[in-house]
Amino acid sequence: MAQYLILIYEDESSYINPSPEVWQQAMEAHGRFAEQVVAAGGKIINGNALQPTATATSIRNDVVTDGPFAETKEALGGYYLVEAKDLDQALTFGKLCPAPFGGVEVRPIMEM
Amino acid sequence: MNVHDVRQVIADAHRREWAFVLAATARVAGDLDLAEECVQDAYVAALDAWVRQGVPDNPGAWLTTAARNRALDAHRRDKTLRGKLPLLIEPPPPEPNEDDPPEIPDDRLRLVFTCCHPALGREAQVALTLRLVCGLTTSEIAQAFLVSESTMAARVTRAKKKISAAHIAYREPDAAELPDRLDAVLTVVHLLFTTGHGQLRSDLADRAIDLGRVLATLMPDEGEVRGLLALMLLTDARRATRTDASGRLLLLDEQDRTQWNRAAIEEGGALVVEAIRGGRPGRFTLQAAIAALHDEAPSYELTDWPQIWQLYGRLQRVWPTPVVALNRVVAFAMVQGPAAALAEIDLLEREGRLEGYHYLPATKADLLRRLDRRDEAAAAYRQAIEWCDNEPERAFLTARLTATLA
Repeated sequence: MAQYLILIYEDESSYINPSPEVWQQAMEAHGRFAEQVVAAGGKIINGNALQPTATATSIRNDVVTDGPFAETKEALGGYYLVEAKDLDQALTFGKLCPAPFGGVEVRPIMEM
Repeated sequence: MNVHDVRQVIADAHRREWAFVLAATARVAGDLDLAEECVQDAYVAALDAWVRQGVPDNPGAWLTTAARNRALDAHRRDKTLRGKLPLLIEPPPPEPNEDDPPEIPDDRLRLVFTCCHPALGREAQVALTLRLVCGLTTSEIAQAFLVSESTMAARVTRAKKKISAAHIAYREPDAAELPDRLDAVLTVVHLLFTTGHGQLRSDLADRAIDLGRVLATLMPDEGEVRGLLALMLLTDARRATRTDASGRLLLLDEQDRTQWNRAAIEEGGALVVEAIRGGRPGRFTLQAAIAALHDEAPSYELTDWPQIWQLYGRLQRVWPTPVVALNRVVAFAMVQGPAAALAEIDLLEREGRLEGYHYLPATKADLLRRLDRRDEAAAAYRQAIEWCDNEPERAFLTARLTATLA
């Protein structure tokens, strides 16, 4: 088994002041995702949603600045660390991962 | 047998057996770089051994055994060798049993599908396929794609690293994945063929046809595999007449049809029939069917243009690209005349998806020329020359422009 990080990039304006329905739908979609990964023989090691990039603070050469590292339309908004048997399975999980306002990136974890 | 003859046998074995030997060795080596090294060593060792002892009955089996033994030796000698670029192999290789050597499995499809994995970029897929499946050197691949050797070496290394770091499994896709995965493989093989064909490099086109034959043997039930092989054979059948003695490109209506390769046309034609009989023809089969109608026609004028036009319509439904739409217009012009076809060209121009594609103005120029609208034809030829990306075709278009102005 190998570990992969699924990075969720979405247009965060879609989540600013979400209606209760949008929020409810997102929670349900992520709940379903967790069930599907387990059903497919994978494992979610952990996962979290992040506060929007407006809350980010960047540090470069000890200089602290307000804001994310790079300003992009679609920003990192959450992640899952999963275990899969190979890239194909990890990509299957990536396809199942909810990201209605963007997409996901799947990165293998470096084994030390 | 003398050294010269043995070298010839080894060159043949390199071309015919490389993929089988490497694919079988990769499973034992568990590492693509180690597998390549062992296979190269086996070919070197073969020269010496075969000069002394004669060529074995089955050179491929000899080479495979030699390469696999080298891989096993390397593991015994140095456990750390494993882990350079480890391959994820499923199921794990059985323990080798010296007394009862198991039959060597044909792993070529694993190798092909790994090289053409969708997580690799198209350029990387092409480079890896040529390197690992066809056994070409990095310098040969660099020449074929007109990039420097260091660029190509970096591309191959990066692709191999991704295979191991991201755990791309060394396996064949399952039934659900097959359609998409197969399409990637066929696209890569077709790209090799068109690259060779476009540059008038027959060696590359031959490699692609060889690969097509291997795939057709290994996946006999896949219609599109046959369709692709047929398409390559039927296109390649006109190889001898594509240019004149001075290297000028010749159009279909200028080519000497008696020089076309009849054996290739027959083989390709039979494959098309089989592929279509399988039902639901895909883009390669439909293109092959069109190529077959051209090849079998006694002359350009006596070609079955209505059927070609109809086939392009079917092709457009399974593969809706602007290039297919343009080719359909060319056939339409032969059925309905250049004036009707010009209206269709205008539609394509307005759509704008063929901006920069030189065949669009070249086709338009040809239609205008046939209508004797010379000034407009010349302007279209000039646009085509500006957009054209290769010398033989630019020379062709320039000659057409000159003739139009005369």
